[in-house]
Amino acid sequence: MNAAINLRRIGLPRLIVHFSVLVICILWLIPTIGILVTSLREPGQIASSGWWTAFSGAAETSAARLGEPSTARQDGPNYVISGSVFDAADAGPKGSVRAFGTKVAAPTEFAAGEAADLGDGETLTVNEDGTYIYSKNAPFTDKRGKRVYLSVAQPPSFTLDNYRTVLTSQGIGQAFINSLTVAIPATIIPILISAFAAYALSWMHFPGRAIIIAVVVGLIVVPLQMSLIPLLKMYNEIGAFFGIASRSYVGIWLAHAAFGMPLAIYLLRNYIAGLPKEVIESARVDGASDFEIFVRIVLPLSFPALASFSIFQFLWTWNDLLVAMVFLGTGKDQLVLTGALNALLGSMGGKWEILTASAFITIIVPIIVFFALQRYLVRGLLAGSVKGG
Amino acid sequence: MASQIVSAFGAVIAGVFACALYYWLSDKLLQIVLPVRSGDVQRISTNLKTHAAIRPWLFLGPALLLMIVYLVYPVIATFILSFYDRSGGNFVGLANYWWAATDAQFRQSIFNNILWLAVVPAACTFFGLVIAVLTDRIWWGNIAKSLIFMPMAISFVGASVIWKFIYEYRGADGTQIGLLNAIVQFFGGDPQVWIAMPIWNNFFLMVILIWIQTGFAMVILSAALRGIPEETIEAAVIDGANGWQIFWKIMVPQIWGTIAVVWTTITILVLKVFDIVLTMTNGQWNTMVLANLMFDWMFRGGGDSGRSAVIALVIMAAVTPIMIWNIRQASEDRGGH
Repeated sequence: MNAAINLRRIGLPRLIVHFSVLVICILWLIPTIGILVTSLREPGQIASSGWWTAFSGAAETSAARLGEPSTARQDGPNYVISGSVFDAADAGPKGSVRAFGTKVAAPTEFAAGEAADLGDGETLTVNEDGTYIYSKNAPFTDKRGKRVYLSVAQPPSFTLDNYRTVLTSQGIGQAFINSLTVAIPATIIPILISAFAAYALSWMHFPGRAIIIAVVVGLIVVPLQMSLIPLLKMYNEIGAFFGIASRSYVGIWLAHAAFGMPLAIYLLRNYIAGLPKEVIESARVDGASDFEIFVRIVLPLSFPALASFSIFQFLWTWNDLLVAMVFLGTGKDQLVLTGALNALLGSMGGKWEILTASAFITIIVPIIVFFALQRYLVRGLLAGSVKGG
Repeated sequence: MASQIVSAFGAVIAGVFACALYYWLSDKLLQIVLPVRSGDVQRISTNLKTHAAIRPWLFLGPALLLMIVYLVYPVIATFILSFYDRSGGNFVGLANYWWAATDAQFRQSIFNNILWLAVVPAACTFFGLVIAVLTDRIWWGNIAKSLIFMPMAISFVGASVIWKFIYEYRGADGTQIGLLNAIVQFFGGDPQVWIAMPIWNNFFLMVILIWIQTGFAMVILSAALRGIPEETIEAAVIDGANGWQIFWKIMVPQIWGTIAVVWTTITILVLKVFDIVLTMTNGQWNTMVLANLMFDWMFRGGGDSGRSAVIALVIMAAVTPIMIWNIRQASEDRGGH
């Protein structure tokens, strides 16, 4: 009754809205949750069961040897061997037995607790807790204990081993440092350069200003592909001429700075041009030079726009693969996370414990940045939604 | 490793310092060469004028230099290279264009790119709009938006791993650990090798980009929806319009401009799609797109700058109308002082 009243108050269409948004959110989250969960599972479990079963535990097949015939005791007409399958020296991991069998091809022939007739007057019962009763209507003649195969339900177990593996032996740790080495300077350097340019384009008068603004807006959408071939040639020539490596961190910093420059100037100019005219005019009247006005007034006031752009640029440089493939080498000391992940996809295809852990390390930094600074990101998007990434 | 962190950190400081030093020194130099604080009035006045003429260029200098070297010059050079042979040394006229017109793989790429262009911007805009409308009506809408927006922070390569795991295929009688095949199997279907199914595999790759970009469309469109004046909707309600009519006849027409911006932004992104195809299929099973073909030719057999330049120019030609439109828009509502 109460629920019905509540339902009427909320209204059915409203409930549908709640429900559909919930479904969409789950749909959008599941892919990411999938790799997070997988990266925390044992490699064996990843390969044998879907990640969605991780919380209910997985069934693992193991083998165990029953007690030796010499331990049999007589019980009326029968000879009985009893004990626990988990007590044997070569027993598999403990858990709750779901099924058992005597052939390796059929480890789930009999359900746990069921009395299995093995022929020759032999019966075997394995209980869920692992205890078993193996009896025969005559003395046991085998020399060794009988081998049985078990399907054992494992409690959900999670591990950080995959992360340890990829960070140390798969080179992801080094790639993480390399990515930081690329992304941080490639974010900070263009900010200063573009801020000066944006100030000049909004508060200084000179011939050609309108044309430069138009060119900057045009350059925002120029595809990266147009730049790659001549720049690759240029870098190789410079490298050969000065006898230095053509692929270096300085080279990629400048490339990233330049590729981000048009959007940076556009975003910052929109913001700086909107600063109150009186503030800048009165500083001019007080005799401040443009340099002083910029450093003391404009730069501090433009913090939100600078923050927006730096988030964009950081995400873009951290997540970039193409520029890194062209301007950086593939050696250990220059391979960035995206490149390393791409290489692992080729060499470790199917080894999902490696791939998912590496992928999660790759995406965790941008996700933290995203959730911490989402406000600035949205503001930047709304201000400059003309760039195509 | 530690030394690399130190050197990276040093580079940040040195780079920022060098930039700051340039602006500061150039300003000081200007003051010394053309003093304005002393001397006769006539002199100061001319010096001030010269300052005003020179200073913008000092401020703009580094930015202009970077853009000319990394963007303007390469665009021109790429255009010229498209008329030269693979090494860029010999003029071959239109031979590279002729190759493109007759090459099967190039045609395949164009076809796939058109497929991407037809599906992805439309799907992102549609889903973005629907989700924006839905989330604006509920109290936890902002949390929902954050979650849907989140893939935007994930790299294309990371997203490819995430989705490759969903499409994972294990022989027909094995346990399916890929979510999609497990669902198909649950409903009694046969597991498929999704990324190797001709034509359809393109759509499975597109899903990744849609997953990433819908959040972007949603954020922009949601802001636009909030900007719609309340009165227009109230008037429609009074006139007896239902929710569907209000949405299509009142709300959508008012945010038409924003929809166009979202659409074109995603269009540009789609034209440059590279990472997803590289990591998912590397162009196998008929999934090649222009950006990947271009990259391929940059290095294939030692590299063919002529052919890859032609492919780059095709991408450039496709964004040119958007570029012109953007420049027009920007010149119309130019701020500044």
